[in-house]
Amino acid sequence: MSSAAAKKPRPKYLSLSALLFEIRLPAPAWVSGLHRISGALLFFPFAAWLLYLLDTSLASEEGFARVHDQYLRSPFVKLGLLIFIWAYAHHFCAGIRFLLLDLNKGIDLPRARTTSYAVFAVSLLFTIFFGWRLW
Amino acid sequence: MKRVVVGAHYGLGSWLAQRITAVIMALYSVILLVVFMSGRPITYGAWHDLFARGWMRVGALLFGVSLTWHAWVGVRDILMDYAKHDGLRLALQVITILVLAMYLGWTVQILWR
Repeated sequence: MSSAAAKKPRPKYLSLSALLFEIRLPAPAWVSGLHRISGALLFFPFAAWLLYLLDTSLASEEGFARVHDQYLRSPFVKLGLLIFIWAYAHHFCAGIRFLLLDLNKGIDLPRARTTSYAVFAVSLLFTIFFGWRLW
Repeated sequence: MKRVVVGAHYGLGSWLAQRITAVIMALYSVILLVVFMSGRPITYGAWHDLFARGWMRVGALLFGVSLTWHAWVGVRDILMDYAKHDGLRLALQVITILVLAMYLGWTVQILWR
């Protein structure tokens, strides 16, 4: 890159509202962005929350009963669990797609788009299935 | 001695580690899913016995170590992209390391109590 090109300020038109309502991002971009968002959510708060649940449920019989019979019956907790399941499923599916891309599998545009829709479909079906099991 | 802190190969180790730890966690996730979907009713006894088994504990610990490493690379990538101020980025990275260390310590405590 020449230094003149590097110094020239590039026009920027990026804002959250532009990304959501004006620019139509391609499906692979949504997979990538949601992979990042789901990863951040899994790091915090979901990892801490699940460790708390595991800790309480393994500590004693009363703790297990509290988690299993009371806590997990709350609709808000179920909703939180469902968001966790979606985040995990999306991160998992998108991650496998990225691993395949690293191996040069499916890097042509039509297949990159198809696998992006597959990631959305599989992770949403997984979430719906567990939502049905939870309720 | 000339030190190179940036360049074409910077981060290759992290990149590879993130992928290897991802595969480890993916395999353990599938095993866990099969165990959970086996259809047995979940009671305290069954739950406690499951996490008393050696392979389950070692697997969970391996998962925890993989998660720590994987999340460190991922969160650091996010911070490098969005936290432009050096001091703020350093502070957030230190907090990330402390949180991850806490998670790992907590995991060990839960598994071998």
